[in-house]
Amino acid sequence: MAEDFILEMKNIVKSFPGVRALKGVSFDVRRGEIHCLVGENGAGKSTLMKVLSGVHPHGTYDGEIVMNGETQVFRNIADSEAKGIAIIYQELALVPEMSIYENIFLGHELMHGRTIDWNETIERSRALLSQVGLAIDPSLKVGTLGIGTQQLIEVAKALSKDVNLLIYDEPTAALNDRDSAHLLNLMRGLKDQGVTCIMISHKLHEVISIADRVTVLRDGETITTIDRDSGDINEPYIIRHMVGRELVDNYPARVPVKSDEVLLEVRNWNVHDPRSGRHILQDINFHVNKGEIVGIQGLMGAGRTELALSLFGNVPHYRITSGEVYFEGKKQSWTTPRKALDRGIAYVSEDRKRNGLILIQDVRFNITIANLQALLEGLVIDKNKEIVVANEYKDSINIRTPSIEQTVMNLSGGNQQKVQIAKSLFSRPRLLILDEPTRGIDVGAKFEIYSLMVRLIEEGMSILMISSELPEILGMSDRVYVLAAGRITGELSREEATQERVMELALKETKRDA
Amino acid sequence: MDIGDGKKDKVMRLKTVGSVRQKVLAVVRNYMMYFALVAIMLFFTQRTNGRFFQAKNISDLFNQSAYVGVLAIGMTLILILRHIDLSVGYVAGFSGAIAAILLANGMNVILAIFLVLLLGLAIGMYQGLVVTRIGVPAFVVTLAGMFIFRGLLALSLQKTGTIIISNPIFISLCQGFLPDIPGHGLGFHLVTMILALILVVWFAVSRIRSRRKSIAYRFQVSHPLTFVFQLLVVSAVILYIFYMLASFNGLPWSAVIVAIVLFIYHFVLNNTRIGRYIYAIGGSTQAAELAGINVKLVTSIAFASMGFLAALAGMLYASRLSSATPQAGVGFELDAIASGYIGGVAVSGGIGKVTNTIVGTLVIMSLTNGMNLLGIDISLQYIVKGLIFIIAVAFDVRTRLRR
Repeated sequence: MAEDFILEMKNIVKSFPGVRALKGVSFDVRRGEIHCLVGENGAGKSTLMKVLSGVHPHGTYDGEIVMNGETQVFRNIADSEAKGIAIIYQELALVPEMSIYENIFLGHELMHGRTIDWNETIERSRALLSQVGLAIDPSLKVGTLGIGTQQLIEVAKALSKDVNLLIYDEPTAALNDRDSAHLLNLMRGLKDQGVTCIMISHKLHEVISIADRVTVLRDGETITTIDRDSGDINEPYIIRHMVGRELVDNYPARVPVKSDEVLLEVRNWNVHDPRSGRHILQDINFHVNKGEIVGIQGLMGAGRTELALSLFGNVPHYRITSGEVYFEGKKQSWTTPRKALDRGIAYVSEDRKRNGLILIQDVRFNITIANLQALLEGLVIDKNKEIVVANEYKDSINIRTPSIEQTVMNLSGGNQQKVQIAKSLFSRPRLLILDEPTRGIDVGAKFEIYSLMVRLIEEGMSILMISSELPEILGMSDRVYVLAAGRITGELSREEATQERVMELALKETKRDA
Repeated sequence: MDIGDGKKDKVMRLKTVGSVRQKVLAVVRNYMMYFALVAIMLFFTQRTNGRFFQAKNISDLFNQSAYVGVLAIGMTLILILRHIDLSVGYVAGFSGAIAAILLANGMNVILAIFLVLLLGLAIGMYQGLVVTRIGVPAFVVTLAGMFIFRGLLALSLQKTGTIIISNPIFISLCQGFLPDIPGHGLGFHLVTMILALILVVWFAVSRIRSRRKSIAYRFQVSHPLTFVFQLLVVSAVILYIFYMLASFNGLPWSAVIVAIVLFIYHFVLNNTRIGRYIYAIGGSTQAAELAGINVKLVTSIAFASMGFLAALAGMLYASRLSSATPQAGVGFELDAIASGYIGGVAVSGGIGKVTNTIVGTLVIMSLTNGMNLLGIDISLQYIVKGLIFIIAVAFDVRTRLRR
């Protein structure tokens, strides 16, 4: 045998309605190595790991998974766990009200006859905790511990299941530097004990310090696997492969609408999360001119959506600690979406199914809900006018639906997105905030939405587009701000903005104050 | 874009997606309460040799159903919002008791009714505020309300025991009939028939008007023959029921009161902003929030309206019994909630109609009334009602498109 692979994934293809998330990914992991997976948001990393862990069961994808030389058929997570695969997700899966030892053995309790053997559980937990370098009482409630410690408990939980292959999905994304360093050390230690690791991460310096090999994914395809021996595990080389796609001209042509008139200016915007004690956004300064499309790029967790929602007046648990907003030349402040809408700002949510649309209602209902006052005759809604309005939007932005009385739930993603945009437009905004405007929709619908954006700009609207997709940021924006870990790490003009420049700024390490 | 200013030459097509089976299921689900009502009425009419469908019993049925109907209308809003109000029974009982006490102390009947309605409104506002501003789940707030208002009901009647109400106006609320023009000698209740004609004409005119408007906007309308047929059927049903009542004592006041409440709530839910907002919040609270809707305010208003209607229901019940008793209100919330769900309110919220809820109320109360006529034991009645309730909701859950 030439090489000892613990895992080989061969030509994995996985499609979702309208999107091909994985287009034939091949990927192998040597026994005992630390293998890092890098790529932009949407490159397919998480989907690949979901295929591996059985979240997407056998039969819903094409391709082959081979472990230790045997083809595997994982029908669910239990199957993959039985083969020694454990995944630690970015969002922790611990029960905060339970003690450490209860959490570690949750779902595979140590039994003594027909009852749980708590003494043995506590003993084993103590041993596992010391294995991950924690000298704490296993009877503490998990909810009282810091996030770094909780991450280590996740590792202990994985180790309690006789794990062969440990997968970390962005393990250090929420950790401070000290906790991150600790976790990376632990990974090295586990490697010495023979545990193979796969780590998904956006933090390239960590990848560079720890990886034996790095596989780069882009747009659902394997781009390259870099070996440490080759000497190519370095930042420029990795970034070049992450972003090195041919930029095809998938964007409508447009004449930039030059204007120096500032529509929106945000100064020293700070948002704090009192529950975790973290700063979500720090010292954000930016502006949007009239007739401009301003792109805000950032990776997952950079604070993109939080920025949009805090500007829109919807911050359920966060606190805006300081900051000023100038809109149309006047200092403004608002604390509810209603007031933001009344001032002329509309927001199109990234999560259209949960936050953007009332799925069980029809197209007409959804288009008019944010501006019913425009349909009032006295106190009564003029339903005929409402139908006219909804039909005109249906035609003008080409919502493909049998009728405006169709339930939104039954529309395709692209058409749902158009309904969401129609809803925002009906409140007649001067500034439209689009949060991931083309997430999960097909290429044709994407182009339609881009064309619509151009039309709106030409009609005098301004657009703030938040996106994690580099091509659309570069293809559509007049200017780009890059957000990383809650701070703006750079501003680029349309000419300056290249894939490499933006990605460098997005991956730039900034210290997030605890 | 110029939206909403012009009329477009566009014919609106009404289509639905899904298989034939889904369509059939959807029709069955949407009209289930009507089928159930007709089936139950036919069944009891047959089993009682026609006694069930006699004018006297239909009048009784209206009087019996009035308080539940009023509660169920308010409950529909609460259920659409994905909340629940368990306290309505005892709030109703307590309100009835206060009304009786005020009347016993010689207060003017109109003033007394007005004050009790205000009391109900205040109770509803309190519960709504605790739910929305403090964030206690409605289940808990109104469960606590059950304790509190049960206690207040008992306390208010502690010294006197059951209070007999003798005020004729108050009693006529749920026992009386519309007055008739004296001395016409026609052998039936003339005012009731005049009302029936007015109702039919109003119905026909409003339907024809809205059809004209639709044609003016070039929306698709049903075939003229279908339209005329629908008009005739509805008119015939209205005329028949009114004629039946007219040949007895005429139209009961209780039916008039419920009809007014129903009309107002139906109109508000369908034609005003707050109605839309209630459906939006029930569909998705977060999406409603981002559409600029003040979710807390709308929810508070729904609870306040529920308190108001509970007070009205309490007075209807007291009127029907001509007394306020410490037992008033026991189990009202069960009938009200069951009416809503049998009437097709989605268990997951966001969907429901007050008109269908009233049909749900008639289903529940026809069962009660019919089983009483047949002399079926009260314990069995509860079991039958419970089974029908769970079957209705189970059917609804299984046939509704998943979100």
